[in-house]
Amino acid sequence: MNETIETTQTAQPWRPRIVAFFCNWCTYTAADLAGVSRMKYAPNTRIIRVMCSGRIDPQFVLEALSEGADGVLIGGCHPGDCHYAEGNYKALRRFHLLRRMLIGMGIDEKRFRLEWISASEGDKVKTVINDMVEQLQQLGPLDIPARRKAWDVELEEAKAQVPRYEEFEEAAHV
Amino acid sequence: MSDKPKIGLYWCASCGGCEESVVDLAEDILDVVEAVDIIFWPVAMDFKRADVEAMDDRSITATLINGAVRTSEQEEMVRLLRRKSAVIIAYGSCAHLGGIPGMANQFDREQILRYVYEDAPTVVNDEKTRPATAHRFNGSEATLPVFHATVRALDQVIDVDYYIPGCAPTPALLKAAVEALLTGTLPPKGTVLAPDIALCDECPRKESKPEDLRIERFHRPHAVMADPDTCLLAQGIVCMGPATRGGCEALCVKGNMPCTGCFGPTSRVRDQGAKILSSLAASVAADEEADIISILSTIPDPIGTFYRYGLPGSLLRKLLSQSSWTGGTSHHA
Repeated sequence: MNETIETTQTAQPWRPRIVAFFCNWCTYTAADLAGVSRMKYAPNTRIIRVMCSGRIDPQFVLEALSEGADGVLIGGCHPGDCHYAEGNYKALRRFHLLRRMLIGMGIDEKRFRLEWISASEGDKVKTVINDMVEQLQQLGPLDIPARRKAWDVELEEAKAQVPRYEEFEEAAHV
Repeated sequence: MSDKPKIGLYWCASCGGCEESVVDLAEDILDVVEAVDIIFWPVAMDFKRADVEAMDDRSITATLINGAVRTSEQEEMVRLLRRKSAVIIAYGSCAHLGGIPGMANQFDREQILRYVYEDAPTVVNDEKTRPATAHRFNGSEATLPVFHATVRALDQVIDVDYYIPGCAPTPALLKAAVEALLTGTLPPKGTVLAPDIALCDECPRKESKPEDLRIERFHRPHAVMADPDTCLLAQGIVCMGPATRGGCEALCVKGNMPCTGCFGPTSRVRDQGAKILSSLAASVAADEEADIISILSTIPDPIGTFYRYGLPGSLLRKLLSQSSWTGGTSHHA
């Protein structure tokens, strides 16, 4: 599955895009550490800082995927270390139920990952991201926006069956 | 025809419950009929598609369409009605968010057709006959609509002005909507014509909902005798109330059954299923991974439970099978 695949977003060879939600107190600080330590890791991740992994609404994950992310990574403090006492436990509970739901919707489990990374573990940020990029590279694009377009082709086909369709369309957008 | 406002009613992929809810207006339906002309209502009165085609564009004051859109015929009819109507109201859960038929979006079209026409235990079909969109018989051609691969909410096909939620909507909501329509007091376009607050707000058991909900295990409603006065969530029964719009007057809860979410989310929530998932999972009374998974396993069907009425209208919308997708510009079933 490593062949070059054209996607809707870009004419460049496809590379996985990961949206990462990192908690302010541990994993984001670790990513900062990785940066100031000049560690090199795959550039495929867009990091969004949240105050706590417990703040991550499952809607964020679904929205990231539906807007074109190939995978979502959540980073929080190790169990027992949450700045707000139990936010990471809530994240862990949500993660497991959401994971089941995503699998049920046909999304490979490797596309959704939760990692505990403390502020001192800059090297773990590096290995986790590299590893996830590698796995997504194997899986290929998820590309929900392009799928949506493909799903709606059947509407285009049916439109052709409706006489004087252009007028209908016009009326529908008054 | 008189000068009275013209109302149309149509059904797509639906069960007929929405039609019945119109009849549930009881005596009030006489007032409605007094005030408007019903110019199209195939389930109850004798109109043909040609009658609609003959009408002027936007000459129908409002058309209430129930049901999801699954076939090319439904798609054509809703486009036609859009053209002929000044206002389109998505009526009921299926038109609003995809409804029960929308749960079919968990499967590919081929999986569905194979099961229904070949694999179901009650089916005998050695020739593997399936419905064809065109069939010649005695010198004439019989046709059937195309069965789409995706179930859609109404606004995923045509422009929709208002939504009346519910499976089925309550007569009170319908009556209020008709009144607003007749008096020209409709809210801004796109509004769901029901209160914009979670069901818990009007739930008679609200006071018994614990501040800090801790769920040791989930119970399915048929497997326990629920206490009729205590918050169902506090009893470990999945109740969609916190993630569901109110306005039904908590009918199910009053019948000692949990809310199953038919009114969809409030305007501040994009994905009802994700929201209840978030709330329920956070309340699981365990910190160890294995214990968490064990408690969550007592919810056997998260998708069917959390998206019972709204899978097509959700963020993911449809099964995303890896096998049917290799990416990019080519089209796959």
